[in-house]
Amino acid sequence: MISALFSWETIASAIRMATPLAFASLGGVYSERSGVVNIALEGIMLVGAFFAAVFVYFFKNPWFAIFMAGIFGTFLSLIHAIVSINFKVNQIVSGVALNMLATGGTTFLSRLIFKAAGSSPHLEGLAPWSIPGLSSIPGIGKLFLNLSPLIIIMFFTVIFSHFILFKTVFGLRLRSVGENPHAADTLGINVYLYRYIAVLISGFLGGVGGAFLSLEHARVFVETMTVGRGFIALAAMIFGKWTPFGSLGACLLFGLAEAIRMRLEGVGIPTQFIQMIPYILTMLILAGVVGKATAPAADGIPYEKEEL
Amino acid sequence: MKEDSFMKGLLWNILSPLFSVLLALILGGFVILSLGYNPIEIYAQVIGFALGNPIGWGYVLFNSTSLILAGLAVAVAFKGGLFNIGVEGQLLVGGLLSAVVGLSLPKMPWIIHFPIVLLSAMVGGMIWAGIPGFLKAKLGVHEVINTIMMNWIAYALTNYLVVNVVRETGVVYPLPQTAELPPSATLPRLGGFFQKFGINIPESNPVNASLFISLFMLILVYYLLWRTKIGYEIRAVGSNSLAAENGGINIQRTIIKTMFLSGALAGLASINDVLGYRHRFLDNFSHGLGFTGIAVALLGKNHPVGILFASLLFGALYRMAIGMDVFTHIPREIISILQALIIITVAVGNEIFTRMIMRRRKF
Repeated sequence: MISALFSWETIASAIRMATPLAFASLGGVYSERSGVVNIALEGIMLVGAFFAAVFVYFFKNPWFAIFMAGIFGTFLSLIHAIVSINFKVNQIVSGVALNMLATGGTTFLSRLIFKAAGSSPHLEGLAPWSIPGLSSIPGIGKLFLNLSPLIIIMFFTVIFSHFILFKTVFGLRLRSVGENPHAADTLGINVYLYRYIAVLISGFLGGVGGAFLSLEHARVFVETMTVGRGFIALAAMIFGKWTPFGSLGACLLFGLAEAIRMRLEGVGIPTQFIQMIPYILTMLILAGVVGKATAPAADGIPYEKEEL
Repeated sequence: MKEDSFMKGLLWNILSPLFSVLLALILGGFVILSLGYNPIEIYAQVIGFALGNPIGWGYVLFNSTSLILAGLAVAVAFKGGLFNIGVEGQLLVGGLLSAVVGLSLPKMPWIIHFPIVLLSAMVGGMIWAGIPGFLKAKLGVHEVINTIMMNWIAYALTNYLVVNVVRETGVVYPLPQTAELPPSATLPRLGGFFQKFGINIPESNPVNASLFISLFMLILVYYLLWRTKIGYEIRAVGSNSLAAENGGINIQRTIIKTMFLSGALAGLASINDVLGYRHRFLDNFSHGLGFTGIAVALLGKNHPVGILFASLLFGALYRMAIGMDVFTHIPREIISILQALIIITVAVGNEIFTRMIMRRRKF
């Protein structure tokens, strides 16, 4: 049993499970680096999962569906941006409301569109890719065989985001807006604009993460199928100290927990206890198993432009 | 001058939720319109179904009973500067604990049995809220993610226990549930009580005596928050924790107390169903009640009077959702869309108004 647990297949499945989390977590990094807490990521993922399913159902084109999932995720995060940046509503209240809107809205539309209670019909996903050369290595090659293209895109997005956030002027400005918006404002940086861009990016990434769930993971849309993954992604972001690579690492850990959870099903441990693993892991990590993490200084604080 | 602004504030506190609800109904109306129905007709039909007869009122009061307690639980935490999204999990754990305690005690009179069962519901909720409260107070972990995680753990835990440990055996019922509680652990229905006042709510209607417990808790929470030391401390920490600390209030202890209080109320939110209606714990009976509590607290401005009216409104919305199912082909989930829209419009409306006042004060 132990050897079945720690095999290349488990690692491959851990990477698969980590992918939707990593997209959302990366979204969280952008948003929180700019100073906006985005707990609506849970709802954004759900909306992404749903619209990916809808667009595949009607247009049979998974790539287009994934793009549209991102667009609808962006749309939900636009509401979050307007409500929390312009109207300065408590960002958590706004996030909770949007999560409720997403749960109610996707269930509502799912019953209208798919006509069946609970889930959509089977959905067509992306054709898997294998990386030539690497996939023919014995053992480790299994990690590069029949990959969802989104997994590869995810890895590149993480690297690209690290570059954007830490090596470009844009990234420097975005981070300054999250650390000290007053100083940034004094330097002529448009605080609202940067926060808008960051929140919209987080919506797009969260939507794509959700699309992975319905198209690549389950191949079906199930009502409330995100089951807390948006929050786990946020925990991973905190664990990863608000950095793209750190978040990816934390997501891989959660992915491993989920992969082990799936392997453990049917070995005598009650499934309910196995289901608890990711949630308990999240709480343990947040409780500072790895030491205290420091959020961007202005994270969660609405910025009030001073009126002269 | 001061009197004037007080009246304006009061007026706004009544008008802004009304305006928000109206706006949400209008937005919902557009959704209904886009489905090819006449929103005014649909609204008239389902409102008539919910409020046009005493039977409907009974169901509305029944729905509101749990919502009052769930809303109070969220509001108490809000007053203490905490966001308790875990009411859902807390009421599940509280409900299961009360059922298990109620079933395992030997035969005894109601006057002893019922209070113990009631207390168990509170203790269950307190344990479940206390863990995130403790983690917040001692380690500074944000309570939002932890209370959500505790919800998922509660779903799994109560499901495990009711399926494998305390399930009623020998019955064919699709959903796992415990055995029926003895009468000494339950509350009577209120049909007969209402008939004394000439209101014809039949005895089969689920509205029961936990309505009085929830109304009592409304008053108790008001007294506790605005008339006692602990209430003052909770509000002080909630409005400005730094100033509260300088004033000599132990913040960590107040956070834990606040979460205990909030969890106890959340646990009580289960009694309407478990002790008053079904007389047993049914797996996942709550169906998002804890989340509606957030909407109730926000719409009610975290004040007991506001919560009473907000609970009645959402209680009526639940009944209207059933009406949607009966009379139309519109999925009843449109009601949860309305709830979310109400939260957003209330929150935004509130902010706009506060800033209007701030701006005026500058001059």
